[in-house]
Amino acid sequence: MRTAPVSVWIGRWAAPVLGFGLLAFALGWVAYQAFGDGFGIDGGAPDWIRITLAGLTLAGLYFVIASGFTLIFGLMRIVNMAHGSLYLLGAYLSFEFQQHHFVSWGVGVAIATLGVGLVGAVMHRLFLRWNQGQELRQALITIALSFIIADQMLAYFGGAQHYVRPPSQLAGNADFGIYCTSGGIFGGSCLTFPWFRFVALGAAIGVGLFLFLVIRTTRFGMILRAGVDDPSMVSACGINLDRVNTSAFFIGSALAGLGGSLAGVFLVIAPGEDADFLLKALIVVIVGGMGSLLGAAIGALALGLLDTWAPQYLPGGWSNYSILLTFILLVAVLAVRPYGLFGRPG
Amino acid sequence: MSLRERFEAAQATWINRAVAAGILVFLVLAPPLHIVSDFNLSQVGIRSLWLGIAAASVVFLARYGGMVSLGQAAIYGVAGFTYADLVVKAGWSQWPAIVAGIATAVLVGLAVGFAASRTSGVYFLVLTLAVGVIAFYFYLQVEQLSGQTGLHLDRAPALVGGDTISHSTRLYYAALIVSAAVFVFIRYIVRTPFGLAMQGIRDEPLRAASLGYNVPLHRTLAFGVGALIASLAGILSVFFNLQISPSSIDINQTIIVLAIAVVGGLGHLEGAWIGALVYSLLAEYTQPWATHLPHFLQKPLGSERYPTWLGLVFLVVVLVSPGGIMGIWHSTIDRIGRGLGGRGSRPDLLTGREAAVER
Repeated sequence: MRTAPVSVWIGRWAAPVLGFGLLAFALGWVAYQAFGDGFGIDGGAPDWIRITLAGLTLAGLYFVIASGFTLIFGLMRIVNMAHGSLYLLGAYLSFEFQQHHFVSWGVGVAIATLGVGLVGAVMHRLFLRWNQGQELRQALITIALSFIIADQMLAYFGGAQHYVRPPSQLAGNADFGIYCTSGGIFGGSCLTFPWFRFVALGAAIGVGLFLFLVIRTTRFGMILRAGVDDPSMVSACGINLDRVNTSAFFIGSALAGLGGSLAGVFLVIAPGEDADFLLKALIVVIVGGMGSLLGAAIGALALGLLDTWAPQYLPGGWSNYSILLTFILLVAVLAVRPYGLFGRPG
Repeated sequence: MSLRERFEAAQATWINRAVAAGILVFLVLAPPLHIVSDFNLSQVGIRSLWLGIAAASVVFLARYGGMVSLGQAAIYGVAGFTYADLVVKAGWSQWPAIVAGIATAVLVGLAVGFAASRTSGVYFLVLTLAVGVIAFYFYLQVEQLSGQTGLHLDRAPALVGGDTISHSTRLYYAALIVSAAVFVFIRYIVRTPFGLAMQGIRDEPLRAASLGYNVPLHRTLAFGVGALIASLAGILSVFFNLQISPSSIDINQTIIVLAIAVVGGLGHLEGAWIGALVYSLLAEYTQPWATHLPHFLQKPLGSERYPTWLGLVFLVVVLVSPGGIMGIWHSTIDRIGRGLGGRGSRPDLLTGREAAVER
């Protein structure tokens, strides 16, 4: 029996070994930094819990936004480069309605979500429906639209930073009752975490379950899945795929709007955030594989934890190089899987 | 090709050559004859030339490699920042710093090209956009490299006029010569065996691979060549502005470079400079012109809103004529060459694939 030459083995295994090696090293380093001094209150454990929860919240937010992006891409192969602009539009809308029209927080979020979904649906009807299949042209159209939307938002909402007020029931902190300190001016406190961030995490899980159930169990989901595999056959069965596509675009854009109105509470709303969150959505789907919901969840988890762990656990003086880790994550995943973890080419 | 078709094609070629020669004479003679004002020579002329080179790297990758890149602004940013850093912070002299800037940008380009080499189409677009935005945040976060208010140079090399803000003629000619060199270089390299392999991979990656061509390697090297071209634009931009800051490579600038290439026409190399000219004119003349708009249009389309105007031009071009301005031009000229009423060959693909392999 002939065995493959060594060079073939190196070629086949170098990338995975390097990738998993990097991952193991990163996790080990974080664990060492966090728990190297034991699990007591004097060690890094309370900080680790707080930071990791923040990372999970961020991951939830990334998932809400990226799942909309990946839904649209999965069904229509449209790369919606205006997704970041729709995110920021959602944030501005929920701010505007809360600030100037005095609706409650929940109503503001609902208006922002539906409004952004509507903008997305109009975008699809006017600009994208009639050139289905020309992927590059559609991507360029959405780039042009994002450019225009970003500038118009600057014109109407200004350059100032805004925040959305959370509803009063959710404004406080959750008290875990562990890792308590005694004494001090305030008479001791325990490990706490903002309630609202749990809402964001819950919203992400809710969105994930909702999308999963819709796609797996409903008639609409069945049409969506069939449309991915064979659009012309679905049309031939008498289903108006055009309308289905617009609905999917509505849902995907509404998810960007929902993400924006949730993020408005604990992140800043300002020009430029659209680029930031387009980048986050892109990295999540590139890592997870474009079109895959599970991939988006895993990509969001990886990026959320990376974004919060990196500034904390990188050696001192290196923390502002944390963005490079994002790049390394991207290159490492692509070296092993050129179309992302769960993506498929073509 | 029939004799008649050859004759028609030759006619179109001669029209194009005459127009090109006319434009070249105009560009060379414009400064001594004072045809355009100093302000226009600098703000429209030099800016169009350096942005044109940046867009030419986009066109090169798209037209001959089938790779539409949003990462070129990041690449020229790396060249510009490295050059400015070495001069301002490390005290290097000009020319070694310029060479180091170009070399760094090419190395970064090769790394990005390697990461992206096994993808194509929209995947490539998405990946290069991610890289571009990462580069922006990198320079935004690492203030040791970008300075808190950007990097400011006292002067450019004496060869291009030193203080280029007040004396711009030498820089204009330098940018013109580099533009011409880039144009000739790209036309040359696509005819080499490497360029032919690149075009073969663009059209039939699978077939090229089965013939023994290393597809990822060729794509990586092509991206490296694109990075070399873009880095020249980055160096020229620092000569021109005498400063560089993270906002020089933000997402707007990233999109603008691609928009210039698309508006000019991804299928035609000369379109890069035409698109850059359109952009520079819009950037300079939207403001005085837009103040005459009626009051209710001032907020959405007024004098501050030139990005919206640019976006609208970009959108209209992509919607109506994906071949860009040069696409329209060539189909018109072809029609004239064939006699009125003849059928023009309309470039219908963004990547200009309607043309055969260039030999």
